[in-house]
Amino acid sequence: MANTPDYHWPPMEARKVIGKSPRRVDGPMKSTGRARYSSDLKPKDTLFGVYLTCPHAHARVTGIDTGAAEKIAGVKAVDVLAPAGTEVQWQGYEVAAVAATTEEIAREATRAIKVEYEVMPHLVKEDDLAKAGARAKQGGERLVGDPDKAFQEAEAACEGQYGIPVVTHCCLEPHGQIIQWQGDQVNAWPSTQFVPGYGGALGQSLKVPATNVKVKMDYIGGGFGSKFGPDAWAVVAANLSKKAGGRPVKLYLDRATEQMIAGNRPSAFAKVKLGGKKDGTVTVWQSESWGTGGFGPAGGPSQPYVYTNIPNIRQVHTNVSVNAGAQRAWRAPGNQQASYLTCCALDDFANKIGMDPIEVFKINAQYAPQARVETYRYQLDKAAELAEWKKLWHPRGEAGAGPVKRGLGVAFGAWGGAGHASQCRAIINPDGSVHIEIDTQDLGTGTRTIITQVAAESLGLPMGQIKLSIGDSSLPPDNASGGSTTVGGVSTSTRKATLNALAKLFEAAAPALGAQPEELEAVDSHIRVKNSPNKSITWQAACRKLGANAISEMGANVPANANAEGLNTGGAAGVQIADVSVDTETGVVSINRYTAVQDCGMIINPRLAESQVYGAVIMGISTALFEERIMDEQTGHVLNPDMEFYKLAGIADIGDIHVHLDIRPENDKRGVIGLGEPPAIPICAAVGNAVANAIGVRVPRVPFTPDRVLAALEGRNA
Amino acid sequence: MQSFEYANPATLQEALALLAPRWGQADILAGGTDLISLMKDYLHTPKRVVNIKNLKELEGIQKTDAGLRIGALVTMDELAKNADVRSGYKSLADAAAGIPSPQIRHMGTAGGDLCQRPRCWYYRQGFGLLAMKDGKSLVPGGENKYHAIFGGGPAWFVSASSLGPALVALGARVKLVSAKGPREVPAAKFFVAPKDEASREIALRPDEILTEILVPAAVVKSATYEVRQKEALDWPLATASVALTMKGNAVASAKVVLGHVAATPWEAADAEKALAGKTITPATAEAAGKAAVTGAQPLSQNAYKVTLAKVAVKRALLEAVKAPKA
Repeated sequence: MANTPDYHWPPMEARKVIGKSPRRVDGPMKSTGRARYSSDLKPKDTLFGVYLTCPHAHARVTGIDTGAAEKIAGVKAVDVLAPAGTEVQWQGYEVAAVAATTEEIAREATRAIKVEYEVMPHLVKEDDLAKAGARAKQGGERLVGDPDKAFQEAEAACEGQYGIPVVTHCCLEPHGQIIQWQGDQVNAWPSTQFVPGYGGALGQSLKVPATNVKVKMDYIGGGFGSKFGPDAWAVVAANLSKKAGGRPVKLYLDRATEQMIAGNRPSAFAKVKLGGKKDGTVTVWQSESWGTGGFGPAGGPSQPYVYTNIPNIRQVHTNVSVNAGAQRAWRAPGNQQASYLTCCALDDFANKIGMDPIEVFKINAQYAPQARVETYRYQLDKAAELAEWKKLWHPRGEAGAGPVKRGLGVAFGAWGGAGHASQCRAIINPDGSVHIEIDTQDLGTGTRTIITQVAAESLGLPMGQIKLSIGDSSLPPDNASGGSTTVGGVSTSTRKATLNALAKLFEAAAPALGAQPEELEAVDSHIRVKNSPNKSITWQAACRKLGANAISEMGANVPANANAEGLNTGGAAGVQIADVSVDTETGVVSINRYTAVQDCGMIINPRLAESQVYGAVIMGISTALFEERIMDEQTGHVLNPDMEFYKLAGIADIGDIHVHLDIRPENDKRGVIGLGEPPAIPICAAVGNAVANAIGVRVPRVPFTPDRVLAALEGRNA
Repeated sequence: MQSFEYANPATLQEALALLAPRWGQADILAGGTDLISLMKDYLHTPKRVVNIKNLKELEGIQKTDAGLRIGALVTMDELAKNADVRSGYKSLADAAAGIPSPQIRHMGTAGGDLCQRPRCWYYRQGFGLLAMKDGKSLVPGGENKYHAIFGGGPAWFVSASSLGPALVALGARVKLVSAKGPREVPAAKFFVAPKDEASREIALRPDEILTEILVPAAVVKSATYEVRQKEALDWPLATASVALTMKGNAVASAKVVLGHVAATPWEAADAEKALAGKTITPATAEAAGKAAVTGAQPLSQNAYKVTLAKVAVKRALLEAVKAPKA
């Protein structure tokens, strides 16, 4: 390009749209119910797909007869998924599927399918490792330094047991999609975090070229890491559609099935031993952890977390295979578990040596990756200041008289969040209208809004003049919204595409202004000569110079080049403090105030960024106090595959959440960093430490329910 | 859900004629907050659903010299907000207001609250009311943190009724009407711990409609205290409803009824004895709480409910004698 634009973000003080907090561009659509989620759609002639699932945790299918189901009026296709001989390893496993003219008929038909099972022995609970037998597979021991010697030399040591259970994603819009497979063409309307990759992956499964698969998704009702590629049920829906002569098939999981087979967060239990000096310095870490991610293998949480440079480490993890549905990524996978185990152990060590945990966390921040050491110290101080730590914190168990005890607890998290590969097209039309095209998805995080802000900032236009298209496989591909990579990716590709397009517009407008294209700038809907604001024409007038030809320019984020370009980067730190009250007579824990200090790089929209932190903290509080998948060893069943006894926090349960975005020039200059996940990490640990501080004893198991709190107070196991 | 005939009678007599002598034939629809989910889960597969929401005679709350008449269709929200209920029957208003979901308070009815099915997760997963598998109850050896601590089985579920404990404590009666005529049953006898799978947990017969609740007039101090973990939609872990007849500052007679701890509202006779003649203080309230759990037989995971029941009694008693807000 003749004049390569300067892609750098404008300096903080020069920004007109970026760094401001316009409301979400799709807010009115969502709040008025006009936004159509894929599960709201019903294309003409849609059939409803329903699964028949296995009621046993472990069984072999010995016979299946779909004859009666196929005869039911309205049934258009039946597919056997687990033919005789199939060994089923968890409850909820898909055995057969039916497509019918109504959901009720399809459901009736699944009940008419006769399946015979040979029920086999199962294991569904992993919390007691001693009962896991051959289902437990220990991984290799990781050894750093000389832990035995370090424990011998330690001035103090503490041991603790901690546990964090399997939880599910509870997406309000369940997993599913509508698929129409007609001839060699496939149309898909999924609920996915990866619109641009969905068509290719589905095409591969169906042996249809990716070019023949059209994917469209305007809105998604939650994914949290559980909705990437086309699931088994996408292929099933496609096959049912083909069998039914190409009618669209809508197959969404019901809530119970959703809770059983659409993913979950692995559990983690651990015995942790720490040793160190009486000044708070930890010198040795030892942990034996175990957990399950379902029947298949799952990795353990990395230990120690963040403070990875502790000089002496012995660490081993055991994976337990249970007869339950498979894990999937859950908003910062592995990190809540890791943060819980490490931050609780650090807090117990602080208690053991009689020190303020903030000080202990600060001293040991020396063990964080070098670039983050000062960030953590700064954030620990900042969070303590905002949470009134000095005024409210007290040594464990010294919460005063009265049955309700107040306590504070601290914990930290870390995440990457650099932008993923992304492509964007910016079109400037001769009439002055602007169209941004990018095949990404807005998970509710505000992606639409921040793309529009970046485009408006770059082009010197109001946001209302930008038309944006996303969620369509015919657009330039962005990438999966996972790992908090979207904002870095789309902001960079949008920045570059819009500036590339603007450079073309400058070429067209330059003669009229008697200037060279590189001397021009776009400000307040005008194209003008830099430093000569009087030499200016309106945006519309400039666009008219294009004659009949619209400008269409691409921009890309290439992760390998991102550091050099400086538009986005990774590496976010966060420190959070929970302030809780515990009713020691009932064991009920309530959140008074929750303080989240979050490092985040350059912020495009502070309101949306804060909303990300609010959402993450609410989700975390819900897991800290309420959520767990409850398995029954006798029946092998998930006992709470619902939203009644799988308890979720409501608005009255979350307390007063204070978000402090760590917006400082040294962070701003790092560029954009994703923050969907980082603030979701420390909550269980912060709340757990606060509960221990309030009542004087550690409640080892998450969630902190009344039975567990009372048991800890009474010295019983729960 | 299974297909069904939907009947929309305009009068009580029409409605009664649509019911059947055996369970499983017809189900009564009022607020629908429980029935719809029972039907979706195929736990109830009625051939006919009889909507009673058009029956005007089942509406309204009336205060008379004899006491309070609460129509079966009165919503929990109406009950919680009704001035007569709030002033004279605080325990009832507390119980209705304690239901934390506005949707359920507005849709759910008083009659439905009494007739709803248990929330036991084994029952809801199709293992039957007594949660039997291979001739043995799944509850004692299973996941029983929300189950009964009184009664000793075989029914280990807990009565889900929010109003039940308050109505038993207040000495209320329920009116049950069939085509053959009406009968009245004391609230304490309305709830039944079933001994076998064929029985129900309430005294209502399949051809009857619960039409109204009658609460006797009495000058009592009452309160209901619920221990629940969540502020948002959740079931209580244990509740206590108390009704005190006072003589001066002392308790002449007391009724103490626990909820969510047994298959029926659980009358805590020892607590009632412990309170007779006493002034309510933190110490006597605590002692009554301790007495209330006499005979509790917690299961493997629910000993904490014994603690919660004690606390609920103590707090309900202290609440009952608290000076009313000006």
